[in-house]
Amino acid sequence: MKLTEIIGRRLLIGVATLLFVSVLVFVGTEILPGDVAYAILGRGATPELLQQVRDRLGLDEPLVVRYFVWLTATLSGDLGTSLANGTDISTEIARRGSNTLILALSTAVVAVPLAVALGLLAATRPGGAVDRVISGASLALISFPDFLVAVALVSIFAVQLGWLPAIASIRPSYDLFDWIRVLILPVLALVFTILAHMVRMTRSAVLNVLSSPAIEMAILKGVPRRRLLMRHALPNAIGPIINVIALNLAYIVSGVVVIETLFNFPGLGRYMVEAVTNRDVPIVQACAMIFCSVYVLLNLAADILAVIANPRVRYPK
Amino acid sequence: MTARAAGWRWQLREAARDLTPGVALALAFLVAVAVVGLLAPWIAPYGEGQILTNESFEPPSAALWLGSDYLGRDVLSRLIYGVRVTLFLALVITFLSFLAGVTLGFLSAAHGGRTDMAMSRLNDAMLSFPALMLALIVINSLGSSFPVLICTIAFIDMTRVFRVARALASDIMVMDYVEAAVVRGEGKAWIIWHEVLPNALTPLAAEFGIRFTYAILFISALSFLGLGVQPPQSDLGVMVKENMQALLYGAYTTLYPALGIAAIAVSMNVFVDWLLQRSSAKLPDEI
Repeated sequence: MKLTEIIGRRLLIGVATLLFVSVLVFVGTEILPGDVAYAILGRGATPELLQQVRDRLGLDEPLVVRYFVWLTATLSGDLGTSLANGTDISTEIARRGSNTLILALSTAVVAVPLAVALGLLAATRPGGAVDRVISGASLALISFPDFLVAVALVSIFAVQLGWLPAIASIRPSYDLFDWIRVLILPVLALVFTILAHMVRMTRSAVLNVLSSPAIEMAILKGVPRRRLLMRHALPNAIGPIINVIALNLAYIVSGVVVIETLFNFPGLGRYMVEAVTNRDVPIVQACAMIFCSVYVLLNLAADILAVIANPRVRYPK
Repeated sequence: MTARAAGWRWQLREAARDLTPGVALALAFLVAVAVVGLLAPWIAPYGEGQILTNESFEPPSAALWLGSDYLGRDVLSRLIYGVRVTLFLALVITFLSFLAGVTLGFLSAAHGGRTDMAMSRLNDAMLSFPALMLALIVINSLGSSFPVLICTIAFIDMTRVFRVARALASDIMVMDYVEAAVVRGEGKAWIIWHEVLPNALTPLAAEFGIRFTYAILFISALSFLGLGVQPPQSDLGVMVKENMQALLYGAYTTLYPALGIAAIAVSMNVFVDWLLQRSSAKLPDEI
């Protein structure tokens, strides 16, 4: 099969997955006990008011019709207005989305090189002291949920030492320095949660390559250890490593929700949690679609990169 | 029956001999936590919701061993009850997810062909959905209660268990002894029960530990977001959330439940690692 053909097929599957996700998000949020009109009016619902709201939102249309109306509106960028206070969701998402993007990108910039370096270091001498420290620490870290890491970080750096703010609210007047100060703790917390997996998987990817006949040959030829690792093993392990990175970046999607709530960071994740608490359905739908799409796209990217990096995938046995 | 019982006893003795101090410690801790959770109403010095003092975040004392929480309740008692709720939820969730996931996974692998393909595809589609998003959407619609939490997380876990169980079963289905059973004319149910299940038991036990940890972390995270266990009931995640402000007063109240969750998770992971290494069993790749 040609490479373009494979990638085209994967893209097609990606689109299908996105459609499936959109159906799930829509149906999942619209099937309320009672309906959205109840959710809006709460206890003050009278039959007349309910009917008014239903008419306004078109709730008497069948589910399928409403899905397509919603889908076309969402695709054209019209995310509707908040049920709670009538604000335009698109503007709010643009503002908070950029904050979240900054948070996620900073995390990636710190975590990815660090994880690859540590994974390589651990793989240089498997079973050695360095490896045991790195592997042990990452195993312990995997057991810690993101919010525990964050709580520990806050209690040390914000409360005990008082170096950094415990709350990451953003003001328009903030300059770069303020941003960095505010972002350090949330970014650290996120880095820790994805670092362990990335280190472990990088290590095993490199070790996997190191046990191949080609490397054995190189060892027998007397290639120095360092050169062996950087020139022979790493290029062959880069495919799986990139795959690992993309998958872990996808994990940031859920990490962001927890960390933003914890630090009161005005991003998409906290927006969504607040909306779920208030049952603000359009916001939940919009945020869920964004988060799920990012997740699906990163997984898709991991898939495609794996195909490009590893020619063997192209020729199934 | 007696032969099998003797076999079990022998295996247990063998396992006990292989225990390293670290694993033994982890196991002892898990047992202790389980006992505490089970006997909570008899162990806890005070009631779960009993307000004992007007002071928030009192330091530890002879009466209140771990001090008071933000409402002046005994932290130790609440911790003990919290462990009970967390363990109960995680156990029910993991059990349900295994019941459904293993059954469907084995059936899918044993059936093979189109059914297997269709079920795997459907499962993959579910896996393309971030777990937290699924939980948030369901909780948005149905509110948060024990049944909703249990069903939602058990469903999410089931998709993961299905993958592992199916992969394990398809590896076993191509073994010679299964082919022999097929030739003998044994039915699918017999093969699943007598050939596949015994041979998949150790990796499944390890997977059970992993999913159990995952369930604990997931519920705690939801509770921490305020979307899991709802007051007046509380679990460890709720306790971390409601006592966060203690840090600002220089108290460590919020760290106790946090450390509790972490210690349970670490112990379980140590145990699972040991189990896998000892049996040289392998789990299909985790995501």
